[in-house]
Parts: sequence; structure tokens; C-alpha cells
Amino acid sequence: MTAVELKNVNKQFPGMSYKALDNVSVTIEEGEFITILGSSGCGKTTLIKTINRLYEPDSGDIFLYGKNIRDTNPVELRRSIGYVIQQIGLFPHMTVRDNIATIPKLLKWDKAKTDEQVDRLLSLVQLDPAEFRNRYPSQLSGGQQQRIGLARALIADPKVMLLDEPFGAIDAINREKLQNELKKIHAESHKTYLFVTHDIREAFKLGTKIIIMNQGKILQYATAQEIICKPADRFVKELIQTTTDVSKDYVSGGEGI
Amino acid sequence: MAFSDIVSMLWGGTGETLWMVLASTAIGYLGGLPLGVLLTITDTDGISAHPVLYKILDLIVNITRSIPFLILLILIQPFTKLVVGKSYGTTATIVPLTVAAIPFIARMVESSLKEVDKGVIEAARSMGSGKMAVILKVLIPEARISLLVGVTIALGTILGYSAMSGVVGGGGLGDIAIRYGYYRYETEIMIITVVVLVILMQLFQWAGNLLAKKLDRRRG
Amino acid sequence: MAIIEVEHLYKTYQSKTGEVQALQDINLSIEEGEIFGVIGLSGAGKSTFVRCLNLLERPNSGKVLIDGRDLLELSERELSLERRHIGMIFQHFHLLMQRSVLRNVCYPMEIRKVEKKEARQKALEYLRTVGLEDKARAYPVQLSGGQKQRVAIARALACEPRIILCDEATSALDPQTTRTILALLKEINQLYGITIVIITHEMRVVEEICTRVAVLDQGRLAEMGTVKEVFENPKTPAARRLLFTKDDDWGEADKEEVEHGIF
Repeated sequence: MTAVELKNVNKQFPGMSYKALDNVSVTIEEGEFITILGSSGCGKTTLIKTINRLYEPDSGDIFLYGKNIRDTNPVELRRSIGYVIQQIGLFPHMTVRDNIATIPKLLKWDKAKTDEQVDRLLSLVQLDPAEFRNRYPSQLSGGQQQRIGLARALIADPKVMLLDEPFGAIDAINREKLQNELKKIHAESHKTYLFVTHDIREAFKLGTKIIIMNQGKILQYATAQEIICKPADRFVKELIQTTTDVSKDYVSGGEGI
Repeated sequence: MAFSDIVSMLWGGTGETLWMVLASTAIGYLGGLPLGVLLTITDTDGISAHPVLYKILDLIVNITRSIPFLILLILIQPFTKLVVGKSYGTTATIVPLTVAAIPFIARMVESSLKEVDKGVIEAARSMGSGKMAVILKVLIPEARISLLVGVTIALGTILGYSAMSGVVGGGGLGDIAIRYGYYRYETEIMIITVVVLVILMQLFQWAGNLLAKKLDRRRG
Repeated sequence: MAIIEVEHLYKTYQSKTGEVQALQDINLSIEEGEIFGVIGLSGAGKSTFVRCLNLLERPNSGKVLIDGRDLLELSERELSLERRHIGMIFQHFHLLMQRSVLRNVCYPMEIRKVEKKEARQKALEYLRTVGLEDKARAYPVQLSGGQKQRVAIARALACEPRIILCDEATSALDPQTTRTILALLKEINQLYGITIVIITHEMRVVEEICTRVAVLDQGRLAEMGTVKEVFENPKTPAARRLLFTKDDDWGEADKEEVEHGIF
């Protein structure tokens, strides 16, 4: 089943010499973990931001499970899409519990259901509910805060998760831990994940399929192995070659897909 | 008159003048600042508009300010006697100086506070600030440079008034100027005291401006 | 229950030429989590309307219900307390010029008597949300318009608001900066679920971020609906007039800012 589809989506920010999204069309199947890879300015963030309507495309359509998001009511959209960003964005004056309960509050869940789900999500992100639910963000480490960010995005059981370089600000050790946990959470949930990164290793490690972008265009959309063995063009080829051990991992059938 | 005598007389006079001026300005602000705040907030578009109260305060301030200082000095003598025990002398002069200072300072404070951008006050109210909070956290801090300049002006004006203290045996530089310069025709002494007064005035001005420059966060 | 409900709102002003009906019988409700636009030409009553939502202007009659509580029934003190959790940003920012950026953001917390150290810590967090934590020690005079508005947004966040009111918040900004600010507001709405009410005379602002919009015309509610409905099928002359006034292009974009969102 197709979870997300972009059809001829264009987005131009005036003043830029190229389009942020240049006639982008892509179909993403349910259950995939798609990593979107590219350097700064390639359009990867713009792409996911058109899906949750933080940006409106100049032209083209975006479909969520077959329905055009322009026709979807915003509450429904909010419930169907989880959003995680690098800066985490927890409200400092709200407890962990209240931060996670942001969307449930808008959906008007009752307290019992909310508390139950908050605890469930805290356990899911490897944080003891009793210990953490009443803490404040300032009492948490960066890694813990990002787990809360994840919990907040997951709580309404969204069909699609959008993650914009979520581990960029986290130290290497915790980043690896979080990557592994995220992979596990995805595998158990059968949801569709779109994960933006500029880190090749991360992209190849996490993605069931990878979208490589440059200057608003999708250069290749394939599995890690396909990209390494059959890079679509010189740009992709050079990209792979910059990190030799990546190729090593995948070509020899190491960690990955 | 021997030179050393002149110097010691001027030194004493300067001390008396500074004492009178600084004390009356300080006490003047004690009364004038709240009065100025009151005038600001009770006016038509103030945060506590009370047109009747404003008119009353406005009238009192205007009347007191229109009385020439020399006349005020004399009119107020019974009150002065009540407060300090005698109606003449340097310390006694602080009373009429303060009475003259308060409405003058109130007007300047009002003028400074009214310069504060109304939009900022509105923003403060929109955030749930009570009236005291607006006065203490917005009006006075945002007007502080203008208020400081006001202090400089107040000091200068009261310095001018203090020169008339000689009329009630008040001492200070003005008294020396009148006694020696006017009554005894010793013009050199008069000129010297005037010079000292000018220097004092410049000092106040300079210190005020320096402080204002240092404290003003609106200078990029 | 909607988070904001306005019932039969009337506001009249006395002017030299007589009585001016700024608002006439306004009825609408705003759902929590929405980004609600109020649009109209100059003089349509939009600024008056938004000021009635936190009683900066007191309507002559009608009800203003925030979370079911009628603001008009509250005492002065209760109203102050209620306002402490409604954020507001303005066309001309209205920052305290003699306070540093950090202390500006601390202001709403000072009003709520939050302990100084805690306030400063939180203020830094709010500044981080708007991407300005490195300007904490700067003074407003050193900032650009867009930066000042972001500080104002951080300050509004420091109110721990469920609602943020925006009074022509982008009208004094160039198109590129406008886009940045709107993107920030949208992200805040997305992440924190804060209801945003945005007053503007610019159609493109409504188009860019609002979910629903109310069209005001000479103090009356001419039309209301989703942005799509009103834009594709304007029913009233007022709405049509606004739509067909072509705004200028949005102008140059700061690639860096835009690509990385607003952070």
C-alpha cells in the first residue's frame, strides 16, 4: 500500500538559483524506513516539510494514503503524521508527561487514556515512566530529550513519521544507541518513516531504501546495495566514494538492510 | 582680604552649596518621582486614568511652580521653622529648595515617562502586568536615560535657586557673591564665585551625560 | 468546547465626527490547535478584534470566552492572571529597549514571580526554540526586524501560552523575513499545539499558514471558512476584493534560513 506519494511537486524560494523541489515525484510504500540523504540546500528538509504542510508546494500534489493532503482536515493530518526535529523543541515549563501529551490534548483524549499511553511510550523509548514522567526537560540529557521528542511524535500512533536530522545534535555514542532503538521501534511498528540526514553512514544504516537528493531533484531512490553497486550518476558515485567503509559494509553484506 | 582667607571662604561656600543642592534634589526626587508617576498614570491615556485627580494634581503643580523662588523662600518661612527649628541658615534653606524642587521634578519625570512607547506599555499589560509592574518594570527603566537627564537639569536649576539663599542667611556660594560682590562691591570675589558656580554646573552636566551614555542600551 | 469563543461582540468608539462602530455583532469560535486568520482592509476592525480577545480593548457588549471563561466577568486582578498565559506579538515588536534579549524573554516569568535562575534557564530554552540563543546578551537595538520579532515570539512562549495572538506581526517585515517568521509560528503550532490567531491585511500570510480564516469588512464578519473554501469560493464582495488585490512577490529568500527551516 502506498503511504506517501508526491506528484510533480515544485517549490521555489525566490532568490535561489534552483528550485528547492524540482518536479519531484516519489512513491513511498507503507512500512518502509526511507532515509533522505543530501547536503545542505538539496531540498530534503523542504520535501518532508511539504508532507506535514509546514511548506505549501507551488504546484503538484501530495497524497497520504491516497488522500490529497490539501483536502485533509488539519486535525486529521496532525494525528496521522509524527514530526521530530533536531532541536527537539520540548516546552521547558511542561513536564515530560505534558510534553508527550501535546497531541492527545488537542485530540481531547481523557486523562486515563493519556496517562496510559504516555507511560507506554516512555517504556518504548527506554525511559522508566515512574522516574521520568514528572521531570522537566532541563533535568534531562540531550539523548533523553530526543527520546521524549520521539515519544511525543509517536503517541497518537501516526501512520507516517517525519524525522528531520533528529540525532544531529547528539554525541556519537548516544547517537548510535538511538539509531539502533529507532530501527527496532520501526521494525515492530510497521509504520512508514521518512528520515532526513546528511550523514551517509546513518542513511545507509537505517534506511530500507534511500533517497539521494541534490539541488531539488531526486537522483536515486533505491536500496543501499543498489546505490553502491549501481550509482545513478557521477554525483551519487562520488558521494559513495567519500565514505569507503560504507561501501565495504554493504557490498560485503555487512550491517544494514 | 588675604588670598588664603578667600580660598577657605570659597571652599566652605562650595561645601554649603553642594550640601543644599544635593540634599534638596534628593529629597525633591523622593517626593517628585512618585508625584510625576501619579501625573503620568492618571492622565487621559495613562494606565490608571483619573481625569479629576489629574486635574487637581496638575493644578497644584502649576501653582507651586509659578511662585518665584525668592517669594516662596519667604512665604514658606513658618513651615521651615516648623521643620528645622529655625527659618534661616544653610540647612533651613533645604526646606524651600525642596518645596520648589518637587513640582519641577514631578513635571520632568512626567515628561520623561510619557516618552515611553505606548506600545511597549500595551505589550506589558497584554502579558498580565499589574499597574505597579508597569511602573517599576517598564515606565521607569525604559525612561531611565531621560530621567537621568532630568536629574542633571534639576541639579542645575536648584543650583540656581540656591544662589538666592543669601536672602535668608543661607550661606553657600550665592550668598558669598551677594554679600561680598553686591553689598561690599568686591567684584573680584563675586566673579570668582560665579566661575565656581559655572564649574559646578558643568560638572553636574558632564557626570550626567557620561552616566547616560554608559547606561543607554539603545546605542548600538 | 472551543478554546476561544466570541459572542455578539460590539465595540464602538467616540470620535470627533461621532460614533464609530468598530465591531458589530461578531460571532465566531476558534478550536484549540488551529491557526486562525482574521483578514480585512484597513479600518475593518481587525486590530480592535484581536485586542478584544485579551481585553486590551473592552468591548461594549458581548462575550469573550477563553476556555469557557468570560473575560468580561473577571476582576482586574483575575484578568491579569488570565493574560499571563496568553501570548501576543505586535507589528512593532514592543521589546523593552533597556533590557537585554534574555531579560526581555524573562519578563513574563518575572510577572509570574518565577525564581530568577529558573527564569533565565527557561528564557534560554525559548530563545533556542526561535534560534537566537547566541543573542541572549545582545540588546534589541542590535537586532534586525526579523530577529526582534523572534525575540518577541520567545517572549510570548515564556507566557506558557495556549494561545498566541499576532497583531499584524509581519506587516513591518520584508517578504523574506515574513516567510521566516510565519514558518516559525507554524512550527511552534505543530510542535506545541499552541493556538495561533493571526490578524493581517495580507492575503499571502493567510494563505501561507492559516487553516481557517474570518473576513472582516467594516466591523462585520463578512465571511468565514477554511482557507481553501474562502480562497476558491469567495462569497462576499469583501472577500473577493481582498483576493484580487495582488500582493507583491515574496521577494528574495535566505537560502540558509529557508532550507534549515527557521532554526
